[in-house]
Amino acid sequence: MSELVKLTINGRAIEAEKGTLLIEVARQNGVEVPAFCYHEGLSLQAACRMCLVEVEKTPKLQVGCTLPVAEGMVVHTESDTVVKARKGTLEFLLTNHPLDCPVCDKGGECELQDMVFRYGAGESRFVERKVHTPEKQWSPVVFFDAPRCILCYRCVRVCNEGMGVGALGIGNRGVIAEIVPNKHDHLECDECGACIDICPVGALTSGSYRYKTRPWEMEHVGTVCTHCADGCKTTLGVRDGEIMRGNNRDRSGINGEFLCIKGRYAFDFVNHAERLQSPMLRTGETFEPISWSLAFEMIAGKFSAVKARGGSFGVIGSNHTTNEENYFLQKFARQGLGTKNIDHHRTGDLTTFFDALSGKQNVLATAGDLYTAKAVLVVGTDLSQQHPLLANQIRSNVRHHAAHVYTVTEGPVREDNQATSSVRAQKGCEMVGLETLRDKLKVEANLVIVFGDSVQGEGLRKLVAFGDSLGIPVKYICLVDYSNSRGAFDMGLVPRDGGLSREQMLATESLDVLWVVGANPLKSGSLKSTNAFVVVQDMFMTETALHADLVLPAASAYEKTGTVTNVCGEVQKLKQAAKVMGAKTDLEIMGSIAKEMGLNLGIWLPGKVQQEIRSTVRGYSVPLPILDGGNAIPTQPLNGRVAAIPGAIASSGDTLFTSGSLTKYSKVLNSVMEAPGALYKGQDR
Amino acid sequence: MTFSPQLEARFAKILQSYPEGKKRSAVVPLLIYAQDETGAVTQELVEEVAKRCEVPALQVDEVVGYYSMLHRKPQGKYHVQVCTNISCLLVGGMELYEHACKKLGIGHKQTTADGLISLEEVECMGACSWAPAVEINYDFHHNVTADKLDQLIDGLRKAQ
Amino acid sequence: MPKHLFNEPSPLETKVLSRRFGLENSESLDTYLANDGFKAFLKAREMSPEQIIEEVKTSALRGRGGAGFPTGLKWSFVPRTSPKPKYIVVNADESEPGTCKDRLLIEYDPHQLIEGILIAGLAMDSHKGYIYIRGEYRYLIEKMNVALDEAYARGYLGKNIAGTGFDFDLYTHSGAGAYECGEETALLDSLEGKRGIPRMKPPFPAVAGAWASPTLLNNVETFSAIPTIILNGGQKFLELGIPKNGGTRLLCLSGHINKPGVYEVPLGYPMLKAIYDIGGGIPGGKKLKAVVPGGSSCPILRADECDVSMDYDSIAKIGSMMGSGGMVILDETTDMVKFALRIMRFYAHESCGWCIPCREGTTWLKKILQRFDDGGGRTEDIDMLGELSKNMLGRTFCALGDAAAMPTISIVEKFRADFEKRLAMQQASELVGIHV
Repeated sequence: MSELVKLTINGRAIEAEKGTLLIEVARQNGVEVPAFCYHEGLSLQAACRMCLVEVEKTPKLQVGCTLPVAEGMVVHTESDTVVKARKGTLEFLLTNHPLDCPVCDKGGECELQDMVFRYGAGESRFVERKVHTPEKQWSPVVFFDAPRCILCYRCVRVCNEGMGVGALGIGNRGVIAEIVPNKHDHLECDECGACIDICPVGALTSGSYRYKTRPWEMEHVGTVCTHCADGCKTTLGVRDGEIMRGNNRDRSGINGEFLCIKGRYAFDFVNHAERLQSPMLRTGETFEPISWSLAFEMIAGKFSAVKARGGSFGVIGSNHTTNEENYFLQKFARQGLGTKNIDHHRTGDLTTFFDALSGKQNVLATAGDLYTAKAVLVVGTDLSQQHPLLANQIRSNVRHHAAHVYTVTEGPVREDNQATSSVRAQKGCEMVGLETLRDKLKVEANLVIVFGDSVQGEGLRKLVAFGDSLGIPVKYICLVDYSNSRGAFDMGLVPRDGGLSREQMLATESLDVLWVVGANPLKSGSLKSTNAFVVVQDMFMTETALHADLVLPAASAYEKTGTVTNVCGEVQKLKQAAKVMGAKTDLEIMGSIAKEMGLNLGIWLPGKVQQEIRSTVRGYSVPLPILDGGNAIPTQPLNGRVAAIPGAIASSGDTLFTSGSLTKYSKVLNSVMEAPGALYKGQDR
Repeated sequence: MTFSPQLEARFAKILQSYPEGKKRSAVVPLLIYAQDETGAVTQELVEEVAKRCEVPALQVDEVVGYYSMLHRKPQGKYHVQVCTNISCLLVGGMELYEHACKKLGIGHKQTTADGLISLEEVECMGACSWAPAVEINYDFHHNVTADKLDQLIDGLRKAQ
Repeated sequence: MPKHLFNEPSPLETKVLSRRFGLENSESLDTYLANDGFKAFLKAREMSPEQIIEEVKTSALRGRGGAGFPTGLKWSFVPRTSPKPKYIVVNADESEPGTCKDRLLIEYDPHQLIEGILIAGLAMDSHKGYIYIRGEYRYLIEKMNVALDEAYARGYLGKNIAGTGFDFDLYTHSGAGAYECGEETALLDSLEGKRGIPRMKPPFPAVAGAWASPTLLNNVETFSAIPTIILNGGQKFLELGIPKNGGTRLLCLSGHINKPGVYEVPLGYPMLKAIYDIGGGIPGGKKLKAVVPGGSSCPILRADECDVSMDYDSIAKIGSMMGSGGMVILDETTDMVKFALRIMRFYAHESCGWCIPCREGTTWLKKILQRFDDGGGRTEDIDMLGELSKNMLGRTFCALGDAAAMPTISIVEKFRADFEKRLAMQQASELVGIHV
């Protein structure tokens, strides 16, 4: 622990670490020093002059956000002089700021509004003409209204320092200085919207949310993003069962404020016009809506008949459905239908991963480890495109702790910009590149290795052997694609003990039933068993659904409760945000089929299934109060040998602007000019 | 983008004058010297300077907006800058500027229809003891009277 | 009189830095060499860095850019033994309204400046320097480049200077129109190819300046004084002026004065003598109304305050500043509303926009003054001008906010009658239905 100093803030004796910024010390001690430009984690600006405080024995007011505390300092944060200064600064700010709070999109959650409420300047002495410039649209996501901007530069910094994109700058100077986009009249960037959420006023607003509702009209539901595997918490603003916006301004969850375009805006598939609203039965070439009871009856009848005559089932589960649903599905398949043919689209070689790590302790890295590790090695993946949170953790680590980054990738990646060394290597040939880094890596204090799907099988074992040989503590992250890819594997949606893999199910001609729950295997493949009875549970008429005999409208992750496990094996809880008419959760659908078949698979409520998971799935006995509190809990690793499983492993190669089959149904992902993003496009310069 | 050999030579000299890896330092000089040749800071020039100085174009854009001598739109062939700051103000600088407006029929930051002359009311240009002062392009003219300004402007027109 | 001088020299001057100004081809290296040129450098080469800095300290030379910080002390802050490269940066961004002296030092004696920089290089163990010249002074950049080429060609720059084994490279760097870049940290940002926004201090440039390396920044006139100090000793330079205020400085007389011009006078020279004896008094025998003592950023002085010694401490004592040497004389006919407006128009135009009080404050004040001047003044405006200025004072990121506030506060306080007279005229004209 570094040296402590004693100081006084507003008459209270306080001890703090020497050199800590006064604004932080005050906040830690319950004294709010107001600021616009200061933002924890971003560089210091001292531009807004709101945090001025009085320090005894110094003639001028001091800037709280850049003032390191020192022994014996006597600080007043709310003295008459200070309050008068703040009022004066606010009065200056309001000279050109529009005073139309009632119609401003930010009304009710505007920091300027709050500040004026607190420090006055209620009566305007400004009788001159205001400078007006028209509002601009920089992208489908980002709108900018210059007169509202108070030039706190948070947006510029979050884009540059936070996102590593640097798409926002400052144009002109003096009173006409304004924020400018990187392409003159528009933005080309990650379209993440971080600039919008960080804006203290209504200068930056989002294309999807602006002028639709008021903050106080919404419920705010913190759940987990359903797109990539990183497991960001997104707080959905919900009005009358409809999701109005996503953000994470309360900085809870493993991602803090961070969200990418998908977490912030791509909830819009929920209300897509093509959402299925009732079970659909194939009649010739077309589908007709039928009732749920008839659908359950038909499926149960077919399943029971095939089971009775010893027919062949194929069950394909999902990368997006909850652990409870996945667990229930594999139980249904194995116990209810008596089949071993169960699988899902595997996007990372978790089988070999766990086998190679068996017997080792402390080798599974969490998202948090990427922020604290002394060094990070990125192998065979475009992290900023495919795992934006993990990439953000690394950037923050470099910014705040000067971590060392190494990349071994096929083409240029954003992580190169901060890398100590970057090596290019063809997919599958990463080991050659790794060896060139050995001398640098072995002198690091510790290391996290993040690797993509090109490292699998023997290659993965070699990577772990390489990590072992460095002689330093090494942790790993085996990348998988989607929000519950890891959970699907952990819950057992894999063909153990001689079951058919996904590819084998599609390739065999003897399948009597194919049951697809929230997956789209026929997007690129075809089904050989042309006579099989195909049941699909999905939100949309996907390529697979179009092949089905019966399609059941399923609820999305934003419409259900349960748990999901992220790429690092951290389990988190989903909370229901939206309600969509006609759809049922996959768990309810499966439970109803089981009931109709007269099977006893236990009560199909998320909480009940979760209890069973905790007692039966290794590593998932996690403390409930922590989970229920909205936190992420690392699951304990499987720590014994894992038997090999057949089947292909391949990432879908999604980018920042795609999300597998969901891509098609998100208006925002299709509206931005960057879509569809290409991997390795080296877009940063 | 291609520039005259003289300008290229100047660029080469400028770019090597900064410490290694600090080419960004050349952004302002490159812009202002190039602007003299191209007539304005075009987007093409912004991108060219960005390339030569190895910075994103946005960082060059930010610079262009900041400095008052860098301009995105072309000025007249002769840019007449009249100082009206305090030392000039006291000895008729403002009247001189107003005279220039009348004489040229244009106002602040405007250009004559023939594109020959543009006018700007500028801040102190460091000629306070020889006020009022006028700078035409980069040439200083001191103790300028209305008559002298007329002669200067007529001279510019005649030179055409 | 040599034809290239802007104004006739005064017999009352003490010509030290400007002593070569009148010589034929004063800007050439030959003229410089024939008149003590580079003798100081050779002498400094035989001195230790500590001795050089000590000599500068003894001279009581204070920064000639405006702030008046003791130069020797500033030099001693640069960590000479740092393993990082050290840079010398010359502030030739002369933009303070009323100031036009650095121009002459570069135009007529560029080698004196070069020699001063080289001596600083010796003292800092620095081998690279940049002369940041405002973009409007293009002709001076070209003249300086000619001088640099000449010095390089004759071995007074580059490798093994004058056979001493000392290497130094010196370059010019053009600005592009921004008063703010006269602030030393904004100048450094500008030198690095960025917007000229001042930096947070600490760290000070002496520790982390250009490209985060230790950097010595001084004004043209400050560096130009160095050769004299080294050659003749700091004590001799000090004795030209008065204690704590060593040497001479170039005074720029402008405004309502019979003989405007740049004159070199010792520190401590009486202000009234400068106005009436050197400057020849006020045209038309008019009465003195006010004086801007050292550039537009200084609080203005009433005529009755002008019986003062022109040194840093005496002017500070009466609430103003010695500043940059830009002395503007205002006669009794001067309309202080217009004068205040022009000052505020300048600061509003030059505010970089970084911090709220300066960005918004200067523009608001400008708008009030403009309305007042246009005949829309209100009684409450007069107090508001002072109050709003005080809301900027001491609260802005850099000194530009203070520079805008100080003259305004002093004008409103000292010449309130001018504002009230305007209101009275306005009322009178409204009564008879004429708009002024």
